Amino acid sequence: VRNTFARTFYEAARTDSRLCVVVADISPAGSMEQFRKEYPKRFVNTGVAEQIMIGMCAGMAMRGLRPFAYTIATFALFRPYEFIRDDLCYQDLPVTVVGVGGGVTYSTLGGTHHAMEDVAIASALPNMRVIAPCDPEETRAATQWCTTQEEGPVYLRLGKAGEPVITDKAPPFEYGKVRLIRDGRDALILGYGPILKMGIDAALSLEARGLSVGVASVHTLKPLDREGIANLLARFPRIAVVEEMVPSGGLGDAVKAIAWDNGLACKIRCLSLKHEFVHSYGSHGELLAVHGLDPRAIARALESA
Amino acid sequence: MSTFDASAARRRCLKYRRRILDVSQRVGALHIAPAFSCLEMTDVIYHGLMRNRRDLFVMSKGHGCMSQYVILEDLGIMPTDEIERYCSSAGILGAHPDRGNPGIEASTGSLGHGLGIGVGMAYAEKLKGEDSRVYVVLSDGELQEGSTWEAVMTAANHGLDNLLLFVDMNDFSGLERMSEAHPAVYPVAEKFRAFGWETGEANGHDAAAVHAAASARQGGKPFVLVGKTVKGRGVSFMEHVPIWHYRSPNKEEYATAVRELVEVSA
Repeated sequence: VRNTFARTFYEAARTDSRLCVVVADISPAGSMEQFRKEYPKRFVNTGVAEQIMIGMCAGMAMRGLRPFAYTIATFALFRPYEFIRDDLCYQDLPVTVVGVGGGVTYSTLGGTHHAMEDVAIASALPNMRVIAPCDPEETRAATQWCTTQEEGPVYLRLGKAGEPVITDKAPPFEYGKVRLIRDGRDALILGYGPILKMGIDAALSLEARGLSVGVASVHTLKPLDREGIANLLARFPRIAVVEEMVPSGGLGDAVKAIAWDNGLACKIRCLSLKHEFVHSYGSHGELLAVHGLDPRAIARALESA
Repeated sequence: MSTFDASAARRRCLKYRRRILDVSQRVGALHIAPAFSCLEMTDVIYHGLMRNRRDLFVMSKGHGCMSQYVILEDLGIMPTDEIERYCSSAGILGAHPDRGNPGIEASTGSLGHGLGIGVGMAYAEKLKGEDSRVYVVLSDGELQEGSTWEAVMTAANHGLDNLLLFVDMNDFSGLERMSEAHPAVYPVAEKFRAFGWETGEANGHDAAAVHAAASARQGGKPFVLVGKTVKGRGVSFMEHVPIWHYRSPNKEEYATAVRELVEVSA
């Protein structure tokens, strides 16, 4: 998704000279390098300095530019958090903060590089919108939306690289609308971000056991499509919410609240990262498994619901 | 070379101090002393340096905004009604500046934000090919924020000579004097030079000297004027006394202050 983001941004930036990138010491992958070569003044590297990355974006947006702040999610959001709050959100400026490697993507780098709480704390900010696409195709559409929106700040949570396309048969991406990427009858998996591939895998394994399971991408976490989610909850008797985020302040809490508010009787199981720092390494999938997240866990949760 | 009328500046600043004292009688707290310390520098920026409709101003030390408000009122940008409604539920002005209010470019209040925003503005203006300058007023307390030094580095890296910074060196922060908390940071101008800035130094209450120092800059680099100031300058019992960072004077104190107000000179 990282390259897809770069390519999509580059395409948009060729026709809109207001689009700029401010990075904090992260190597520009793929098309971002091309963008830097063609428009060196519109690519700013603040170095290992994230507060000025955000502060500069604020000043640039005030003067009519449309900057994207871009670095590893923990450093894009956690380190300069108060700058995002005061400079971007309080002043409601059209700046996209791109966090690469949301969740525990950087599985060998340890807890300092894990953005496990990002969606919760980004969503807590007034005026902030939060988008977490699940695959390269959705990343392309979400990035396009970010390059054209004029309203206020966005936190765009991306994975890393090499994620497979899982939305090729889905209806088009629509900002703020839940997106059913695989239909079903007996149960539904709701989630966001690259971990949705795990949802697809769980749905396939359950299908082999005679259970028809749908999968929906809740790519826009704020504003949350409460009506769209309520409609889905009304259609499916069993629900699993899967998120690569701590268990509070995310989609799981919200889905349960929507069910309660709408008087819906579906069974809901929430799967997330553990609410703890896990001192383990290995592949991304291995670390997720340590947190209790794998296709079998999702399948078991739905079967036992 | 300087056409700046220093005696007119002194008369204006006397009027502004009186105006701030008057407004203070309607609210319990007003940040008088930090407004008085940066008053002459802010006056020089607005009346002697900024070019209409082209240049930008950021009050990074948001708690000094009363100095900006009364100057904006004088310039006809800030409605007098809003100054009268300062910090009331009927008004739009609070104790820190809010972007979108008349003449206010950036919301500040949390320290260490304004210079970074100013860097972004100055960078954007250059990128767009605009001949605009960005003026930022910073407190010496903000020199203790790491974010300020991120902005200092970045401004120099990009040669932002359209960025002019004025540091209000009143030596006070919340707990104690900055010279006690951070004795090793002096001399401040030297630090800026080491970071690639052009520097000037002046008594921050000497409007003519402030104007002359800023006007004499060579360009090619961001510019900082390190202005030595007195917190609460203009009212003897407020000078160097921490309580006046925030509190409004009571009736007798107000009467004494108004009686003794005179034109401040270096």
